[in-house]
Amino acid sequence: MAEKKNHAEHAHGEEHLRKKHLMLDPLPRGQMNAMVMESMHTTSWKFWAVFGLLAAITAYGLFYSWGVMIAEGLGVAGVNRPAYWGIFLVNTVFWIGISHAGTFISAILRVFKAEFRRPFTRAAELMTTFGLVQAGFSIFMHMGRVWLSYWLMPYPNQRMLWPNLHSPLSWDLLAITTYLLSSTMYLFLPLIPDVAMARDRSTGWRKTFYKILALGFRGTEGEWTHLRNAMNIFAWAIIPVMFSVHTIVSWDFAAATRPGWNSTIFGPYFVVGALHSGMGAVIMVLAIVRGTMKNMKYFIRPEHFEAIGKLMLIISMTWAYFFFNDYMVQWYGGDKWTKQLLHFHEAGPMGWMWFVMLIFNVAIPWAVLWNRKWRSTPWIVFTVGLLINVGMWFERYIIIPISLSINRMPFTWRLYQPGIEIPLGIGTLAFFILLYMAASRLIPLIPVWEVQEGQMAHELKKYGRETVVTVSELE
Amino acid sequence: MDIKISEVKLSEEQAGKWGLVIDQDICTGCQACVAACAMENNLSFVGEEDSGYGRSMHWIRIERFWEGEYPEVKMTPNQPMMCQQCGSAPCEPVCPVFATVHSEAEQLNLQVYNRCVGTRYCANNCPYQVRSFNWRDYERPEPLPNQLNPDVTVRRRGVMEKCTFCIQRIHQAQDQAKAEGREVVDGEFTTACAQACPASAIIFGRVDDPESLVSQLGRRSHGVKHLEELGTLPNVTYFKGG
Repeated sequence: MAEKKNHAEHAHGEEHLRKKHLMLDPLPRGQMNAMVMESMHTTSWKFWAVFGLLAAITAYGLFYSWGVMIAEGLGVAGVNRPAYWGIFLVNTVFWIGISHAGTFISAILRVFKAEFRRPFTRAAELMTTFGLVQAGFSIFMHMGRVWLSYWLMPYPNQRMLWPNLHSPLSWDLLAITTYLLSSTMYLFLPLIPDVAMARDRSTGWRKTFYKILALGFRGTEGEWTHLRNAMNIFAWAIIPVMFSVHTIVSWDFAAATRPGWNSTIFGPYFVVGALHSGMGAVIMVLAIVRGTMKNMKYFIRPEHFEAIGKLMLIISMTWAYFFFNDYMVQWYGGDKWTKQLLHFHEAGPMGWMWFVMLIFNVAIPWAVLWNRKWRSTPWIVFTVGLLINVGMWFERYIIIPISLSINRMPFTWRLYQPGIEIPLGIGTLAFFILLYMAASRLIPLIPVWEVQEGQMAHELKKYGRETVVTVSELE
Repeated sequence: MDIKISEVKLSEEQAGKWGLVIDQDICTGCQACVAACAMENNLSFVGEEDSGYGRSMHWIRIERFWEGEYPEVKMTPNQPMMCQQCGSAPCEPVCPVFATVHSEAEQLNLQVYNRCVGTRYCANNCPYQVRSFNWRDYERPEPLPNQLNPDVTVRRRGVMEKCTFCIQRIHQAQDQAKAEGREVVDGEFTTACAQACPASAIIFGRVDDPESLVSQLGRRSHGVKHLEELGTLPNVTYFKGG
C-alpha cells in the first residue's frame, strides 16, 4: 500500500516537473512550429489600436518635434549653461543600457549554457537592436547641427580633415556603431533557421519576405555546422564589445574634468547599471509578450521569471556595491567641489530623485526578489522591472543634468528645466515599442529551433525511485 | 630644491604668448567691457525670454558674490571672467571634430565655427564655464546689422563660441607691423574689453616678453590664476587685495 502511494507521488512529481519546466515538456515539432506561426499571425483590433496610438506618438513626439528643433535650434530644448547636456544624453545612456540585456542574455547565458535562456533569447536580442536605434536617435537629437553629423565619421575628403580620436565622443561613435552592427548580425544568425521554418509555412508576400531573410537555408548538416560555428564566434566576440560599449559611454563623463564625473570606477559601474535596467526591461517585455500574445504561456513560464528575477537580484546587489564604492571614495577624497556636489545630490532641490533612485534600484528589488513565489509572478516582477527602469533613468538624470547644474564657477549655477526633451523622449519610447510590436508580427519571437534543441537534450530518467533530469550535449 | 617634475614639465609646456592682467581692486563693475566685447565680436542679442532663462551671450561677464551671513554681508570685488586661453585647455581634446583647437602661432584656443557640430562637450569640460552656445538663430533687426564688425564672422544656430582675445585685432596689428617691417610694439593695440575699461583694470599684451606691461604687472606677488590646480595653465592673471 505504502509503495503504491509512493509510486503515485512519483508520477505526480514527474508531472509537476514537466509542467514547471519548458525543457521537460516537449511538444511535437510540427505543433510547436504551428503555435509560433499562429502567435505571429493572430492580431486583434487591440493590437492595431495600440499600434496606431504609438505611431501617432512617434510621429508627433519624435519626428515632428525633432523637425521643429532642427528648424528652430536647440533653444526649444531646456539645455542651458551650465547643464549643456540634458535629457538627450540621459536617454542615450538609458537606451544603450537597455540594449545590454539582449547581449547579456543571448551571449553570456549562451556560452555558459544556461538552459532557461532558450525561449527568450530573441526577445532580448530584439531589445538590443531596437534600443540602440533609440540611443542613436537620442544622441543625434542632442547635436547642435545634426545635418553635419557625418563629420564625426572618418571619411576621405579633400581637406584631409579627420575626426579627433582624442575625444571620448569619437570612441563612443566607434563603439556604438560596432555594437549596433555586431548585435544586428548576432540577432540575425539564430534567426535564420526560424525564418526558414516560417518560409516553409507561409504564402504570399510573407513567403517572399522570409525567402529573402532565410538566405536559402534548408537545414542540411553542413549548414547547421556553419551556423553553429558562426554563432559560437559571435557569442564569444560580442561579450567584450558589450562591456566596452558602456565603459566607453561612461568615459564621456569619467574623462571630463567635472567634479562627480571624474571617477575611475565609472566603467564597471555603468556596465552594471546597464545590465540592471536591461534585465528590468527584459522581464517587462516577457511579461507583456506572455500576457498578450497567443500560445506564449507555453513558452514563457514562471520558471523564466524566477530565473531572471534571481539575476536581477544579483545585479541589483552588484549595482549597490558599485554605487557605494563610487560614492564612498569621492566623499572620502574630500575635494571641496565634489563634496558640494554630493550634498547637492541628496539635499539639493532634486534630492528626492536621489532617494527614489536608491529605493527603486536597491530597496524594492531586495525586498521583493528574495522570495521565489514573488519573483515567479509576472505582474510582480513586471512592476519591479518598471521601478528599476525608472530608478536607473533617475540615476542617469542625477549624473548628467543635476551634476552639471553646479560646478567650480558658482556664478553660473543654474537648475536644468527640460523643454522639448520630454516629447522627444516619449517619442523614442513609443518608437521602441512600435518597432517591437512590428517585429513581433514579422519574425518568430520564440527561437523555435533553440527550444526544440533544448527539449531534445533534456530527459527525465529514473534511478531507482528518483526522477532525475539529465541534459546531454548535442553539439 | 623642492621643484617637482610636474612643475618643470608644466612650465616648459607653458609657452603663452598673449595674456591679460585684471586688477579686481580697481574694477568698478561698470560692464563697459561686456558691451564693448559684444559690439566688437558681433555677439547676438538673445532677447528677453532667452536672457531670462540664462542664455544671454557674453564672452566676458562680471562676477560678483555676497560674502558672509546677514547682516554682516559684504560684496566680493568684481571679477571679470572670460576665456582664460589655457595652455593646456580641457575643452580641446574632447571635441570630436577638431572644432576647438590650439593655435601654435598665437598660443590661443581657437573655435572653428564652421567646423562645430554642437556636441557642447567643450562647454561641459570648461572649468571656467566661459563658452556660449548659439541655442537659436537670433534676430538682428535693422539697423543693427550696420554695426556688425566686418572682421568677425557671425555665428548661426548650433555653434559654440567664446572669447578669442580679439584675434582679429592681433592679426591686424601683426599685418600692419609686417608691412612696415617691424615687430608689434607693446601697447600698440589692445582687446575691446581692455580698450573700453575706464579704470584700466584690464591690461592686454605679450606674456612672453618680459618687458611688456602685462609681464611687469604679472610679476607682482599677489597675482592668482583661477583654478590653476587643475593644470589648465591659464593666461589671465587676477589681482585682488594688493
